[in-house]
Amino acid sequence: MDFFKTLPLEKKLDLYSTMKKIRLFEQTVFQLTSQGLVHGSVHFYIGQEAIAAGIIACLKKEDYIMSTHRCHGHMIAKGADLKKMFAEIMGRVDGYCRGKGGTMHLLDPDIGMMGTNGIVGAGIPIATGLGYACSNFEKGKAVVCFFGDGAINTGAFHESLNIASLWKLPVIYVCENNLYAISTSIGKAASVSDLSRRAVAYGMPGYNTDGNSLPQVLNTARRCIDSVKAGSGPCLMICNTYRQLGHSIHDPRSYRTKEEEDKWLKKDPIARYETLLKKEGVLKENQIPKIDEKLKEEINDALEFAKNCKKPAQKDLFEDVYKLC
Amino acid sequence: MYISYAEAIALALKEELRRDRNLTVIGEDIGRYGGVFKATRGLFEEFGEERIKDTPISETAILGIAVGCSMLGYRVVAEIMYIDFMTLGCDQIINQAAKMHYMSGGRLNVPVVFRTQGGAGIRNAAQHSQSLEAWYMHIPGLKVVMPSTPYDAKGLLKSAIRDENPVLFIEHKKLYNTKGEVPEDDYTIKIGSADIKRKGSDITLISNSYMVFNTLEAADKLNEVYGIDCEVIDLRSISPLDKESIVRSVIKNNRVAVIHEACLQGGIGGEIASIVQSEAFDYLDWPVLRIGGPFTPVPFCDELEDHFILNADTIVQKVADHFKLA
Repeated sequence: MDFFKTLPLEKKLDLYSTMKKIRLFEQTVFQLTSQGLVHGSVHFYIGQEAIAAGIIACLKKEDYIMSTHRCHGHMIAKGADLKKMFAEIMGRVDGYCRGKGGTMHLLDPDIGMMGTNGIVGAGIPIATGLGYACSNFEKGKAVVCFFGDGAINTGAFHESLNIASLWKLPVIYVCENNLYAISTSIGKAASVSDLSRRAVAYGMPGYNTDGNSLPQVLNTARRCIDSVKAGSGPCLMICNTYRQLGHSIHDPRSYRTKEEEDKWLKKDPIARYETLLKKEGVLKENQIPKIDEKLKEEINDALEFAKNCKKPAQKDLFEDVYKLC
Repeated sequence: MYISYAEAIALALKEELRRDRNLTVIGEDIGRYGGVFKATRGLFEEFGEERIKDTPISETAILGIAVGCSMLGYRVVAEIMYIDFMTLGCDQIINQAAKMHYMSGGRLNVPVVFRTQGGAGIRNAAQHSQSLEAWYMHIPGLKVVMPSTPYDAKGLLKSAIRDENPVLFIEHKKLYNTKGEVPEDDYTIKIGSADIKRKGSDITLISNSYMVFNTLEAADKLNEVYGIDCEVIDLRSISPLDKESIVRSVIKNNRVAVIHEACLQGGIGGEIASIVQSEAFDYLDWPVLRIGGPFTPVPFCDELEDHFILNADTIVQKVADHFKLA
């Protein structure tokens, strides 16, 4: 069924706005790195926005998500506060993790965003644990576990999907196949070219979807989430996409060609969605500057807030090692 | 009640499962089978498979599921059959559970217990016999507990389950059948509190887990042979360490030895020796003695394995040599 078609007009526009917000947020973070205001590794989501926006649009606030080192899109789509995001990425005390986590450990339990991980694949068993908790104690909730193609060959992936299927846990495993794990292409890393076939081994449904098409992502996600919430057990959803930038800020991308990048830039998810909305008459050309202006203002306000936040005090080094009982 | 160490573990779990309806126990062969060391015997019958969950052999998933579920406040005791097998999933302990509270700026915590057992002595060779506690005491955010008696096992396991932080609870395979008095009522033992298992005024002997008993036997022999009155401290927790009890005893006795089953190199004895020297140096009449296992894997052959494990006579000999007892 085409769920996308049934969406109200405002919802379709919201999704457009969410994708653009993610893009603008990341472009701003990119600038901050060159200005020396953000240090360490930063992993950009540019080119993959339809996946976070489309899937999370099918969730309720109380549903859980688990993310990866490439987490900004998931955070924003789940409704995170941009002020606290910027502040955290800039290592400020008013950030989501009081400046102790940074871009690789953003999270917000209040919106069901339960973690981001610096270890590839490590979020998968934890998300499975969230699913275990839901099936025992919070029935009716679903968990979406995001990870990249780099994670699907870890033991954590295999062990978790097997148990989730065995115990019928309400988890949607979402592999964002952006074709590269740092420099290693998926063809050199996975023994099957159609990654959804991995699902067969665990006795769960596997779906392939065009990760750069918001309607297709949303339609597949809706189907997965409905089935998981109905108690049918987990499923694996492969979103085929492309990481437009390098693995992190330091990656020169020498392992791939300009032609390949250009080919994928033509399939940019935001541009495609914009064209679709215009064609459907949902979005008019003259609305776009207004939407952009509003987003810019929101981003600038958040950035201004973060820039004015203090860095943690030296004594904070010793805080929160253990929770006091 | 006069019960075994394994029964004390099962009793603590049973009482906590009754008290906290959101507590679950997961691991390999812990259900109807009752655990390979029988430490979960009887739980399946009372609480059913919803709460006593057998898992496949998937250490990463076992530990990760426990972390994820506990993060939401539903406590989990995850059993890893042998501490040697924990290497397969210890990312979830070291990189995830132990750091979650800190990395989240205090917004999340993981009240999980990782139960396992270690140590040599049952002819299981090198991959089923290690004492790896020192690795884990190096990890901030994690607590490490090693009870030696049924009484301590019950009280400490209850504390571990009620703790808001991840606790690694290391039992010893040679202790499961040892018996001791255990009160029927609900009691807890503070994590980070050592216990003086034998009072003495001449030399302080500090030990942990199964080696506490060989140390106690050595203390008796040192008394018989040399007329030396040893105090034996059972650390009970490796992290946090009860520095106060250690230092207090050293100040009183002025001579100290640390004895553990784990390899001497990189063992907890080095840490304790360092604490003693930095906090009670002026009270030391003698250099701190460290006694630990040889720097070898644990061998299979019975005679070789017996030679690997420190016995009371070896401890007596090393203490007598070091402190020049006559």
